[in-house]
Amino acid sequence: MKWVSPFKLAKAGILGMNCRNVDFIGRYNLRRFYPLVDDKLKTKLLAEEYGVATPTLRFVVKTQHEIGHIEDRLMALNGFAIKPSRGSGGKGILVIIGRRGNQFIKSSGTEVSIEDIRRHLTNTLAGLYSLRGAPDVAIIEDLIEFDDTFKGYSHEGVPDIRIIVFRGYPVMAMLRLATHASDGKANLHQGAVGVGLDIATGQGLKAVQFSSPITLHPDTKMPLGDLRIPDWKNMLLLASRCYEMSNLGYIGTDIVLDKSRGAQLLELNARPGLSIQVANGKGLLPRLRHIEKIRKPHRLAEDRVEYAIATFHSQGI
Amino acid sequence: MVSRVPFYTIVALLIFTGLCTALLRHVQLGIPFLPGQQEKVWLIEARVDFNSQNAPVLASLDLPDNPPGYAILNEVAASPGYGFSIIENDGRRRGEWSKNTTSGAQTLYYKAQLIRSKDLDTDLVDVMPTPQAVFWDGPEATAAEYVIEMAQNKSSSPESFTRELMRLLLNPEPGQNTGLLLANQSPVIVMDKLLNQAGIPARISMGLQLEDARRRQSLTPVIEIFAKDRWLVFDPSTGQQGLSEDILLWQRGSNSLLDVVGGVNSRVSFSMIEQTLPALELSQSQFAGQGFAWLGVHTLPIEEQSMFKLLFLLPLGAMVVVFMRIIVGLKTSGTFMPILIALAFLQTSLVLGLVSFISIVAMGLVIRTYLSRLNLLLVSRIATLVVLVVFLVSFLSLVGYQLGFSTGMTITFFPMIIIAWTIERMSILWEEEGPREVVTQGGGSLFVAVLAYLLMQLPLSGHLSFNFPELNLIILAIIMLMGQYTGYKLSELRRFRAMVEEDKA
Repeated sequence: MKWVSPFKLAKAGILGMNCRNVDFIGRYNLRRFYPLVDDKLKTKLLAEEYGVATPTLRFVVKTQHEIGHIEDRLMALNGFAIKPSRGSGGKGILVIIGRRGNQFIKSSGTEVSIEDIRRHLTNTLAGLYSLRGAPDVAIIEDLIEFDDTFKGYSHEGVPDIRIIVFRGYPVMAMLRLATHASDGKANLHQGAVGVGLDIATGQGLKAVQFSSPITLHPDTKMPLGDLRIPDWKNMLLLASRCYEMSNLGYIGTDIVLDKSRGAQLLELNARPGLSIQVANGKGLLPRLRHIEKIRKPHRLAEDRVEYAIATFHSQGI
Repeated sequence: MVSRVPFYTIVALLIFTGLCTALLRHVQLGIPFLPGQQEKVWLIEARVDFNSQNAPVLASLDLPDNPPGYAILNEVAASPGYGFSIIENDGRRRGEWSKNTTSGAQTLYYKAQLIRSKDLDTDLVDVMPTPQAVFWDGPEATAAEYVIEMAQNKSSSPESFTRELMRLLLNPEPGQNTGLLLANQSPVIVMDKLLNQAGIPARISMGLQLEDARRRQSLTPVIEIFAKDRWLVFDPSTGQQGLSEDILLWQRGSNSLLDVVGGVNSRVSFSMIEQTLPALELSQSQFAGQGFAWLGVHTLPIEEQSMFKLLFLLPLGAMVVVFMRIIVGLKTSGTFMPILIALAFLQTSLVLGLVSFISIVAMGLVIRTYLSRLNLLLVSRIATLVVLVVFLVSFLSLVGYQLGFSTGMTITFFPMIIIAWTIERMSILWEEEGPREVVTQGGGSLFVAVLAYLLMQLPLSGHLSFNFPELNLIILAIIMLMGQYTGYKLSELRRFRAMVEEDKA
């Protein structure tokens, strides 16, 4: 057990949870805009309105009786993802990448029956995965076919890019790679690999798993140092536009790179986690305070992205 | 940015109100800040003896009325066959015993419990008394005039005159004039007469010297003079102004101490003992219905009181939870579940509570794994769990009872619904994050619960929260202040340590 003095943390500009909650989430995220991001269905519809690309929505399961004859609708799809609309922390997301006979194949490779999927849907509707256990709906959307850049970098699951957007400025980014340990999930505390990304270039900076630095992907043994996200600026633009869309000052945007459709917004998070600092080896606080001091924020997403690129590059703040 | 001034004002106000009310109630009502504090009480018994003359009897005894330096806690009269009542008029309190037919020796008792009070002053008097007329025999009149003149020469106020007069009369070698006056009268009576003659309203009152375990005591006279707006007491044996601490003014003014109609050979004697009483009990009986007393919950029926005893402990538990989550950063399952468990521990005792809680949750988890295969809807699954938990609890109680633990029954204090939800959450946690997280969160909850329990079971916290509920305002202020804490959690000092250590390397 080793502890570090709080002054050292403050000097490194680390954002703590209390500070995040009071100074940023509490101050910049108005409660009434939360439902837009807590409900993935609402986020999706809103994103379509604002021209922000998201994975295609196939259909929504809203009532229990729809589950009884769900097979036909699911059989028509090759791969799909079932998500609880109000799930949190990646809970309750079931990704099916194909079929073998009557069985469905999960992203981890294990097979599940239609009964398992029905139970999953039932649980979802009953609110097992939603915040506070409220009744929920399940959304079924297209599978992401991730870009070749990530080939070999992700064991099961889709690598996604988390960009923290503060007052519309992208301030910090990381790539999250699912591992065997994280069971295909992209959450760092569950064992996913986080790769800090240079805001200016999309170049990988350093990688961590379970808070300790690593250089190779634990499952595929691919070197993580040379990762560079293609089409980086567009991704920043997409993230930056989420500010106008959601009206939330401090958000985490989860973006995936689809092989054919480009950057796609997966979901927004009004309470983004703090591990991104560990993956970047850098504290968020100096960047957030810098943005806070801007008197006249840029109105166009393009300008904000330019400003962020110029300010927050790897040698910058 | 929102101004923080109103916030801190509210916090300061809460702390101020809490502290001030508590202090006021402590001072005014004498509620002790520490539990188990003892206070001294005098139990005084006045015994009236007389011989009845085979006629209706009316005995009337002068009773202490707001004696300076003392307060009467309670009083009773014990006399078989007699009717007793306390009569107040003209600022005099008298106890009256009456009986239609009596014969032989009679004994009446009056008992009072008194405690020392800080209020030393006698009451203000509205009507200015006038000095009484004084009569002396021939030579004494001249001597009296001379003594008064001597005292007046050396004094400027009624108080100093009294002191000077007493000094003259108490002189072990009396002069010619004082010797004449004291020849066939006691000094007290002479003092009273001289004071009245000098135009100072004066009277003789009777005080009781308090000494532990004394019997058959009689009253000793003291002199009271009237100055400005109140009666001042002088001790005629020393000539000092003021009452020595161990003297209780029993009878004030010159009305009689004891009147007995229908009896002869009446006399009154006093016995006393010093007792100790819990200070809390004392303040409750002493100040019932006075001042800030309505703020306390003592006025409620006992049943409600015991409920409040638990309720008022809740803020303390809430503060522990807030502290552990915000400052320490411990993970608990369910925000305030730990307090409810801690409250249950208060009733079951710690070890038994822990054992039964863990065993119920463990059994519940086993059953829950089977339930998850049944593919039930969430609400019905939880309801199933609630019912099963009820059965589990009754089963454990029965087993405990059969094994001879009468305490087995106390398991029922655990909130069933909370246990059911805990099992459900733990089970999902187990499936999603693995047993490690279950142990972390479950252990965290139990740790916070035990901590809250340990704090709440302290006699001091129980005493303070129940007798000074307003102190909870301070806890509220602390909780609000912690809600503004933006520093690091203790757990974050570990979580982010790799980053800082790397920087160094």
